[in-house]
This record gives sequence, C-alpha cells and structure tokens, in this order.
Amino acid sequence: METVIQNLDLFFQGWLGTLKICGAAVIGALVLGVLLAAARVSPVPVLQRFAAGYLFIVLNCPLAVVLFFIAFGLPQIGINGSYFAFGICGLILYTAAFVCEALRGGINSVGVGQAEAARSLGLGIPGILRRVILPQALRSSLPPMTNVLVQMIKNSAIVGAFGVGGDLFKVADSLVAGQGLPAIPILAGVIVGYMVTIMPVAALMGALERKVAVVR
Amino acid sequence: MSSAPTVLFDTLGPKGRRRSRAASIAASVVFAVIVAVVGSRLAATGQFSEDKLGPLFNPGNENFSLLWKFLGAGLYNTILVAAISVAVSVVIGTVLAVCRVSATPWYRWLVVSVIETFRAVPVVLLVYAVSRVLPALDTPLPLMWYLIIGIVLYNSVSIAEIIRGGIAALPRGQREAAESLGLSKLDTMRLVILPQAFKMMLPALISQIAIAVKETSLGFVISFEELLRRGQVAIQTLNNPLQMFFVIGVIYIVINVSVGRLARIAEKHSTGKDHRPGPSPISSTTPTDTDTPAVSRI
Repeated sequence: METVIQNLDLFFQGWLGTLKICGAAVIGALVLGVLLAAARVSPVPVLQRFAAGYLFIVLNCPLAVVLFFIAFGLPQIGINGSYFAFGICGLILYTAAFVCEALRGGINSVGVGQAEAARSLGLGIPGILRRVILPQALRSSLPPMTNVLVQMIKNSAIVGAFGVGGDLFKVADSLVAGQGLPAIPILAGVIVGYMVTIMPVAALMGALERKVAVVR
Repeated sequence: MSSAPTVLFDTLGPKGRRRSRAASIAASVVFAVIVAVVGSRLAATGQFSEDKLGPLFNPGNENFSLLWKFLGAGLYNTILVAAISVAVSVVIGTVLAVCRVSATPWYRWLVVSVIETFRAVPVVLLVYAVSRVLPALDTPLPLMWYLIIGIVLYNSVSIAEIIRGGIAALPRGQREAAESLGLSKLDTMRLVILPQAFKMMLPALISQIAIAVKETSLGFVISFEELLRRGQVAIQTLNNPLQMFFVIGVIYIVINVSVGRLARIAEKHSTGKDHRPGPSPISSTTPTDTDTPAVSRI
C-alpha cells in the first residue's frame, strides 16, 4: 500500500499517458472506422471489396503483429517516427476495423422496410439517411461501440508494453522490474488505474444509450 | 454484389450504375497509384531481394529450413498455449457461470465482482502480473504457464458470460420440467441445462478459440517463444522485419479463418438440428456475426 502511495505521482503520470494514447487513438479510429463503414456499405464494388479485405486482415491478426509490422517494418522503407506515433498508428488501424464492424452491424439492423417507407413518403437519399436510417443505426451501434472503446483502452496496454512508454503498463513494468518493488501492490494499483479509466467510459456510454433509447 | 438492394440503397438504375462504375474506376486508379508507390518504395529499399525474401520463401536458401524449423516450434507453442488455455477456460468458465446463476445472493455478489474485475483488466497486464506475482510467491513456473494462466484468467470470465447467456436463453420450462421429474439441482444443471446451453453457444465458444490464438501473441511481453516472439528473434539476424511479420500475420490469419470456418459449421449444425419446441432463441442470443465470427471481444 505504501509503495503505491509513495509512487502516486508516477501512477498519475502513467494514467495520463494511457489517456493520451487512448484519446489520440479514439479520434483516429472513429474517423477511419466511419470511412471504412461508409466504403463497406457503399454501392461501389471496389470500395466494398477494399473495406472487406481490410476487415479480413485486421480482424484476424493480433494487435501485437500489427504493431510489430508497423514499428519494425516502416523504418525499413524509410518512414521513420517515434514508437509513440507508430504505437498510436497501430492502435488506430486495429480499432478502426472494430468501429466499422459496430457501425455496419447497426446499419444492417435497420429493417429494409424503414427505407422503403421513407422513400414512399417522398424523402430523398439525404433525408432517408439523416432522419430514418442513421438515427436507428447509431442507436443500435452504441452497445457494441461501448465494447470497442473498452477494448481499445485495454489494448493501449499492449501499445505500452511494446515500448512506447509513459503509460500505466510501463509504469508498472518500471517499478516492478526496474526498481524491484513488490509486485502485488503495484499491479493492483495499475489494475485500479485501468478500472477507473474504463468504468466512466462504460457508464457514460450506458447513460447515452438510455438517453437515446426509444420504446418500440 | 454491388446492386443487391440493402437498407441504404435500392437496386441501382441506369444512372446509379453509371455513377457506381465511375466511382469504381476512380477508386481503382487511386489504389493502383498507392500500390505502385508502395511497390516502388519497397523495390527501391531492396525489400524484394533474395537476402530478405529467400529465408522465408526460397527452399534453396541456406537459412530456409533452419528458419522454418525455428518458426514451426514457435507455431507449435502458440497452438499448444491456445489449446490448453481454451480447454482450461471452458472448465473454469462453466463453473463460474453455474455459480453466477445458481448462487445465493451473498456469494453471487463475489462471483459477479470477480467476473467484472477481470473483464476490465488488459490481458497483457494479466500475463505480466502472473509472471511477476507467482515467482514473488515462491511458485516459479515455466514461462509457458504464465502466459496460459494469464489468458485463462481473462478467457474463463468471457466464457462464463457466454455460457450464462446460453443458460439465460433457455426456456424456463426446461428447468421446471427437470425439477418436476425429481432431478436434484446439480443433475438439472448437468443433464438438462448445461448440455443445451453448450450446444446453443458452441459457435461463440469456438470463436473464443480464435481470440485465445490472438492473445497468445502477447507472449512477447514475458519473452515466451511463441510464433511472434520467434519471428522477433529471427529478424535480429535476418534483418527482414517487413517480410517476417507479413508471413507471421498470414499464419495467424490462416489459423483464425480456419477456426472461424469451424464456428460457422458448428452454427449450422446447432441451428439445423434443433428439436426444442417453440421459437428457437438461438438467432437472437448467439453473439457471433456470421461474417466475421472471431471478433467481438478483443
């Protein structure tokens, strides 16, 4: 317990590091994920196939392989960057596939009859999307999206373990392996750190779900 | 495949088809340019040279058999760890699920908090923690077991939730009928509830194998020599990270796609031969996506 309190500022630094990785990754992953989902459900075969191929590769590869490929591979062809940038890049590329899946699931859950009804009311495509399909699709994407965000926060530990440094995982590693402090209290502290990161996100998404829930 | 009507767009008319074709051509051109740029970059930095590709692809290369023996042993470790982890996780997960659904309130609270805690912890942290805490408690184990225990801690709670979903989806009448036949609580669970819950959740359980395979790659944190770590070691002498991790990625994809196919076969099997009366709850409760069965949880 004392070891945790003595190093509380380090824990806090690590927690900020985790937040920084997650914050950057969530923005990138949402943007890329939305683009991928748009390509996946678009009527353009080439885009569909590209998105499907991307999903096939990324969903079946471990995040660690994606990270290794980027961080060790890209410098080989002359693209240099910090491990931090590579790590966030990998996390974005990986998470975007899951964001895309969540959105696509939401869109597929809207019945075809909804669009037909909207068309027969005379709505154009933008109107159908904005007023009928997307409101329903985004609602049913929320629960899987919560899951994606929680997984992303947890996956940020892999990015940290991989050598980016400065996040909660790395703090644990440097205190336990580097300074030889007792493992159990430090690791318990880090676990608490992840829980206090994840729980507000899950609670917030849950509240959002309830707020937009529609009784059918 | 493009013109099948979905909720977003109807079967395309002549104008729509023209637009779609134009967009296709534009996208193809963009991709071709990207591929060309990347390809020329790869060629310019000598990524297609015999030095880099030979050990992986050319059986005549002096390092070929050595490298593949080395990677093969890593692959064996990967599969071994995944298999043991899943087997143990299913056993522990079943016990946890049964505890959670049948427990009296005071210790259900305990089971629920254990499950929820482990679900909120990164697997990589669990693996690392096991590798640090067990030696500190004077029970050092071979590296492989640290990885297995870490994966089991996480997967058994995931599997517990899957099986709990299966139990919850069974009609109440199953339990009531079993109890009215005079079966004890344990026998009701063992002979009536669990077999049906397992059957219903088989696709999700198989998908969990693919997730476990992905998680074995976290062995690199504790330097356990599974496939990815072996690749990482090999590139230190061969200096071909792009090619190496490409091949390793393909191997993981092949494993996971085969497992996914298995899940789909199991799904067909378990939905096809369903003799229970009433509407089958399977389609609404099985948390797998038929397209990509191995995804939702990592």
